[in-house]
Amino acid sequence: MSNVSIATAGERAPARYQPATKLGVTGFGFYVYLLSDAILFSALFATFAVLKTATDGGPTARDLFDLKNVGLETACLLTSSFVCGLAMQAAEARKPRELAVLLGVVFVLGASFLTLEIHEFGGMIAAGAGPDRSAFLSAFFALVGAHGLHITVGLIWIGSLLVHIMTMGFSEAYQRRLFCFSLFWHVLDVVWIAIFTFVYLLGVQP
Amino acid sequence: MFGKLTLHDIPLDQPIVMGACLGIVLAGVGLLGLITYLHRWRWLWEEWITSVDHKRIGVMYILLALVMLLRGFSDALMMRTQLALAGGGHLGYLPPEHYDQVFSAHGTIMIFFVAMPFVVGLMNIIVPLQIGARDVAFPVLNSVSFWLTAAGALLPNIALGVGEFARTGWLAYPPLSELPFSPGVGVDYYLVALQISGIGTLLSGINLITTILKMRAPGMELGMMPVFTWTALGSNMLIIAAFPILTVTLGLLLMDRYLGMHFFTNDAGGNPMLFINLIWGWGHPEVYILVLPAFGVFSEVIATFSGKPLFGYRSMVAATLVITVLAFVVWLHHFFTMGAGADVNAVFGIATMIIAIPTGVKVFNWLFTMYGGRIRFEPPVLWTVGFMITFVIGGMTGVLLAVPSNDFLLHNSLFLIAHFHNVIIGGVLFGCFAALEYWFPKVFGFRLEPRLGKAAFWCWFVGFYLAFMPLYVLGFLGMTRRTNHYDNPAWDPYILIACGGAFLILAGICLQILEIVVSIRTRRARRDLTGDPWNGRTLEWSLSSPPPAFNFPVLPAVEGLDAHWTSKAAGPAARPAAYDDIWVPENSPLGFLLAACAAVGGFAVVWHIWWLALVGLVCGLGALIASSWREHGEICVPAVEVARSDHLANVFRVNP
Amino acid sequence: MRALRTALRATLLAAGLGGCREGVLAAAGPIGDAENQILWETFGAMLLVVVPVILMILAFAWWFRASNPRATYRPDWSYSGKVEFSIWIVPLLLILFLATLAWSGSHDLDPYRPLPSDRKPVRVEVVSLDWKWLFLYPDYGVASINELAVPVGTPVDFRLTSGTVMNSFFVPQLGSQIYTMAGMQTRLSLQADQPGAYRGLSAQFSGDGFSDMGFTVRAVDAAGFAGWIAAAKASPGHLDNAAYDRLAATHAAAAPTRFGAVDPGLFDHAVAAATASAHRPMSATNGVMCAPRRTQGTL
Repeated sequence: MSNVSIATAGERAPARYQPATKLGVTGFGFYVYLLSDAILFSALFATFAVLKTATDGGPTARDLFDLKNVGLETACLLTSSFVCGLAMQAAEARKPRELAVLLGVVFVLGASFLTLEIHEFGGMIAAGAGPDRSAFLSAFFALVGAHGLHITVGLIWIGSLLVHIMTMGFSEAYQRRLFCFSLFWHVLDVVWIAIFTFVYLLGVQP
Repeated sequence: MFGKLTLHDIPLDQPIVMGACLGIVLAGVGLLGLITYLHRWRWLWEEWITSVDHKRIGVMYILLALVMLLRGFSDALMMRTQLALAGGGHLGYLPPEHYDQVFSAHGTIMIFFVAMPFVVGLMNIIVPLQIGARDVAFPVLNSVSFWLTAAGALLPNIALGVGEFARTGWLAYPPLSELPFSPGVGVDYYLVALQISGIGTLLSGINLITTILKMRAPGMELGMMPVFTWTALGSNMLIIAAFPILTVTLGLLLMDRYLGMHFFTNDAGGNPMLFINLIWGWGHPEVYILVLPAFGVFSEVIATFSGKPLFGYRSMVAATLVITVLAFVVWLHHFFTMGAGADVNAVFGIATMIIAIPTGVKVFNWLFTMYGGRIRFEPPVLWTVGFMITFVIGGMTGVLLAVPSNDFLLHNSLFLIAHFHNVIIGGVLFGCFAALEYWFPKVFGFRLEPRLGKAAFWCWFVGFYLAFMPLYVLGFLGMTRRTNHYDNPAWDPYILIACGGAFLILAGICLQILEIVVSIRTRRARRDLTGDPWNGRTLEWSLSSPPPAFNFPVLPAVEGLDAHWTSKAAGPAARPAAYDDIWVPENSPLGFLLAACAAVGGFAVVWHIWWLALVGLVCGLGALIASSWREHGEICVPAVEVARSDHLANVFRVNP
Repeated sequence: MRALRTALRATLLAAGLGGCREGVLAAAGPIGDAENQILWETFGAMLLVVVPVILMILAFAWWFRASNPRATYRPDWSYSGKVEFSIWIVPLLLILFLATLAWSGSHDLDPYRPLPSDRKPVRVEVVSLDWKWLFLYPDYGVASINELAVPVGTPVDFRLTSGTVMNSFFVPQLGSQIYTMAGMQTRLSLQADQPGAYRGLSAQFSGDGFSDMGFTVRAVDAAGFAGWIAAAKASPGHLDNAAYDRLAATHAAAAPTRFGAVDPGLFDHAVAAATASAHRPMSATNGVMCAPRRTQGTL
């Protein structure tokens, strides 16, 4: 009895394992990427945890963080994630116009988040609490900044997706990209919730 | 305009450096001239540079590794000769500011640009062939990974002639690597080169994991995967988990140096020990990233040439997975002497020793694979048996160092140097060479000359023992690593023997080059027409040598271990009734373009040429977005063509 | 085990090593002795497994060569429960044994653990600099560069820090090494039992002048030590904070030197100075106590 047949697989008893479809492969690969990104953020979180008391006599978290601003940022991001979910539904239903509008909303909300963050960073730097002030601030800017950088990449990605849907319409490849983008965006949300909790909320605790 | 870069940064006054640069430039110009003369530019661009075929990319990875091996080995020879000349009050011929660059470059290049590309290249070529896939999951991404690695490898070599390389050792411990103590561009070259190649490696890890888990041939359950594929899976899981840590660690140091931040500085609350913890959080898994695939190679080789299935397949897989997990909980053994306390040291020491259990199991499994076998002593087997003996010694000295109180005596000594060369040369490099000998006919369609291969092995093997056993002794005699000169007559004889060993290894390398040249020249006589020159066991041997671009004319259906072996045992298989059209991915210049942007941008960052860095960034992003817009093309290989290729291959196939 | 150790020593002696009068095997104090003991025990225990394995590799490879007609070919033999069990259990037992040694060794030889002795330990403060070692004797008010005198048979209590990058303080013949790190303090207890001059070095690369960071340990009897201290006190140099700062800023190797007078609190100044930043003007009071925070044992 031959263990390998040169005949096509379909002719034999159906094998239990089957190679994945293209969407399955792409989706899985992107999950693996997101896993590695999560580890990247874990390393930054660990760094922040080690350095958060190393303020070198400079300003501390309680001196610096304005929870109102952070709350607003959080609201922007959470809403954008929700809208991103709606956009996925529009794509499922093959409604290009609705999809474009919803992606536009995601973009605006993401951009608002980023503006608020840049404003916060700018204020801190102007007040002499820039990343070069102390190890604590270095770690803060690196962690929150890395998230912000991801959001920036996400915005560029949305831009590309928007132009694409408006000029070329749907395709299988487009659906795959949109699927990956939505995963990316949701994970950034999760990371932000962790930042919100561990950096901001716990930071201002007395 | 040119940032910090001036003409003075080219060390015209250093004859050794300038000689090496001249050699590299002449070789490069000669190569370009030859390509032009032979009208091979188009061929080079279409068949190699833009190729997304995993086999071609794998070959380019290994070629990169071999070229870099010559560079890294030259550094090794310089170090050994310097020490041979720098005893008894002499200072040798390499002053510290040059010597420190040499050992830093040696370590960096050997790990990142020899061992890594060799191992990744092997996995690239072999994994899809072993699991019955037509390519990796993301062929274009694969090309990007390779070219980023190549761009990273370029930078330390540019540093040879423009500026300087790091003088901090291969892991650039702060605060020594911080601006106040290393104001030059050396550390920047180091950081930028590793960031670029590290991203390449990470992408390659994502690619291979997805390939292994999602693209196996129908019916190939996890428990039917060849052991090399299992070890590749372990290795790539480690890449996914470890390389982001490297990216973060080096990124933070980069920010310290470029933006005045204070992660690892002495002042403003920085904590250098954080760097040391983080870098070994990557660094220790890295060891297993390299050695696991080598274990896989030895498993394949020893089973094939013993004419037996691998003994204890399930133990082997379990051992691989145990090592994969434990790799992450031992990092602290690299700095027992930091004073972290008896409990911490003991826990990490014991965790380290526990890794010796699955590793020991592997050795026993290879041993019992030989038992009852009919071993043919071809070159791959020589490397394997040489590995087993050498690695057992290296493992023993590793466990010795894992005992904290022993480490208090031997930390950073030449004993440590001997230990890790013992496992990296004896484990990883021997594995790579065994793989080169074993799979060469599969990839190129002709066999290597075995006599030269055996001679090369013996030079390497004996040379290794001559070069590194004295280092163990020197460690006991209190000699520490990175010493530039010394005044201790007791060390002299051992240092001279080690230097002799290095030259014997040089002879081995020359024989390997000769082996390849002779084999290419006599390739017609060495053609492998059967596709199965060693009477192999796994699916790659069911294909013609070299395999067609689409690998498998018809995807095999797998029902057990050692798929090709059992199929041969069952007698000649029926020819497939019909063939289908096969779609193969189109070439893509994206990888090469991104790498060019990364290399130019990286160089610009090193020298603070900000406008050029911006150009690199914008061009890179542009290329990425443009390529995402293009519907990636696939080329159809018509069924007739597939059938023709398969029949041609089968004319010569011998069924035992 | 003892017989094994003797045999091993004899082998190494033949290799020209066992008889050496230098290096980590020529221990001259209790720490070095104890560490050597564990080294040989672990080495010997592993040889019990490693040597047979190497012999088996050679024997199997030779006997089962394809050209040997007497060897039995078993092309399908790939599993045996008994063999599988043994190949997991043998390494497991060996590691279990080694783990107990590692655990007790790590605790007994913890560098922070004071040495038992009826003599009052000599306190020495060590500062690694570019590229030299500064030794302060707080009980005597003297200091030296690249020369460390210790009385034989008396524990020496080191407090160590770095005025520059990380180094590792190491006297191979006395045993344990330990890192010196800027802004942090580590501790180490050593003792020399035999009089002599021992080489000391930095075992952690610290820059271009690293190879010249050697120092000499002079283990002398009580009278010799008193004489050394007296001679040091008679030396002209005065080491105050300013002089220390100048010394730390000189990036060069140095010949052995002694200072007859040292400002009290100089070690704390050294700890603070290494981490002083532009934002935080340096003062002697804010030297951060070492990062690996440890309770101090009774001295």
